[in-house]
Amino acid sequence: MTHSDPVIARLEVAVKRYGRRVALDGADLAVRRGELLALLGPNGAGKTTAIGLLLGLLRADAGTVELFGQDPQRIEARRRIGVMLQNAELPPTLQVGELLRLTASYYPTPRALAETAELAGVGDLLKRPYAKLSGGQQRRVQFALALCGRPELLFLDEPTVGMDIEARQKLWMAIRQLLAEGWSVLLTTHYLEEAEALADRVCVMAHGRMIHEGTVEALRARVARKRIRCRSALTIDTVRGWPEVSEASQDGERLHITTADAEIVVRRLLGADAQLRELEVQRAGLAEAFTELTRDADEASNADQREAA
Amino acid sequence: METAMSFTQPTTTSGMSPRRLLGAYLEEARSECLRYMRAPGFMLPVMLFPAMFYLLFGVLMARSEGADVGRYLLASYSVFGVMSPGLFGFGVSLALERDGGLLTFKRALPMPPGAYLLGKMLMAMAAATVVILLLLALALSLGHVTLTPVQIAALLLTGVLGVLPFCALGMFVGTLIKGQGAPGMLQLIYLPMSFMSGLWFPLPMLPKFLQQIAPVWPSYHLDQLALAAVGMRQGALLPHVLVLFGFAAVFLLLATQRLRRHG
Repeated sequence: MTHSDPVIARLEVAVKRYGRRVALDGADLAVRRGELLALLGPNGAGKTTAIGLLLGLLRADAGTVELFGQDPQRIEARRRIGVMLQNAELPPTLQVGELLRLTASYYPTPRALAETAELAGVGDLLKRPYAKLSGGQQRRVQFALALCGRPELLFLDEPTVGMDIEARQKLWMAIRQLLAEGWSVLLTTHYLEEAEALADRVCVMAHGRMIHEGTVEALRARVARKRIRCRSALTIDTVRGWPEVSEASQDGERLHITTADAEIVVRRLLGADAQLRELEVQRAGLAEAFTELTRDADEASNADQREAA
Repeated sequence: METAMSFTQPTTTSGMSPRRLLGAYLEEARSECLRYMRAPGFMLPVMLFPAMFYLLFGVLMARSEGADVGRYLLASYSVFGVMSPGLFGFGVSLALERDGGLLTFKRALPMPPGAYLLGKMLMAMAAATVVILLLLALALSLGHVTLTPVQIAALLLTGVLGVLPFCALGMFVGTLIKGQGAPGMLQLIYLPMSFMSGLWFPLPMLPKFLQQIAPVWPSYHLDQLALAAVGMRQGALLPHVLVLFGFAAVFLLLATQRLRRHG
């Protein structure tokens, strides 16, 4: 993945308003060929609006929206994408095979039915009516519909909601296989581990803007915090008293500490309690990084509002 | 890596051959028909209500009054029966699919323009055919109505094309109301309109005022055509055809505008 790969989907200072509410406030987004870009953000951050613009479901009030260099409302552009939306109730009485056949008919060179079924793991469901499937099976069918047209870019909106762990792992494997073949994916998800497992780049949204864009590594690095865990006889109040500790909690004799200076805190811990056991130091996960980023954005936005008031 | 990438580089083009394009329209229509033919909650009321009414009023109660009553009511109940796949098949499904996200999903897909509406239209026409065949079977066997093959064909044609203005009306209502509210709203249109157009009781039996405003309803005009089809009415048909055509065009236009604007 290099920066020279061509951009196949793009938002540039896109603005979308619903009445007085601003859903997108100058958002920029670029999906490059061959990458998986994860779009993260709390509810109401504007993810759905951003996707809606790129799919041609909505028109931007200002800014540029491009899909393969074209207006997404042009059918030629959409013939190159596959779509899995968060809540689309498919016709309950149609069989899975019939749904696949119908969706594949929209595309110029779709995959063979058997190939689609194999990739998405729905081979055993083809004769079943959609309504008789479990939630996880329905999600798999929706994934199959997204890839049946041999699209160059997949839009996956919360693809693994309602799936058990095994089904999720299988879907991740299928996504990795598609990426290895050179397809691109724009993924929105609430599961940060999903972004961590799959994404080349991560884009974090809050209040209708992109507040961070970069690799998963870069997002983690942006938040320098580390997590320390250990068993110790020290009291929580002692630990909280140390200036380097930003957060601490206790669970029996197990201590959880968050800090920006792990080395200093570990030295203090070992010095204060010679009996300390099971020491673990971890870099903060994407979850912490993400929480911190959006909290900063919240504060900035609140400050803006106070100034405006 | 680079060679592997270029080797498996996506080769899809966005060009679509005319044959595949036609195939997409056909698949859409086929799926739409299949899904409703398989849904008893839709097909049973659509078929049974007109059939039951016809059995009761056109066959059992009309026995003493001669075959003309049976023939007259065959036309009226055919119109009554044809209205519901148009109003409900189109209106309710559109309202539910706007609510359930299916329409959004389809709009994001490269579905060819109009395939969605065309599919529903063909489904309504197919359901209308089934309803009329059922009524014809009842009339010819139990009702002792005699019809020439031309009359049978004319009634079928009237029904199959006559469903279209009601598709347009149903579609318009479907764009006004989302979700579960639509069936109730459509009943409020369907039943009074049927009654006031003289589909349940012949118009001359209704109050003078209702007789005078009957030409407002599209079902009145379709009834005139159906009566002519079974040989119960003389006179010019073109005005009725034009009214129905205009009615369909106006509501189709209103509905597509609303769909484009509000999704």
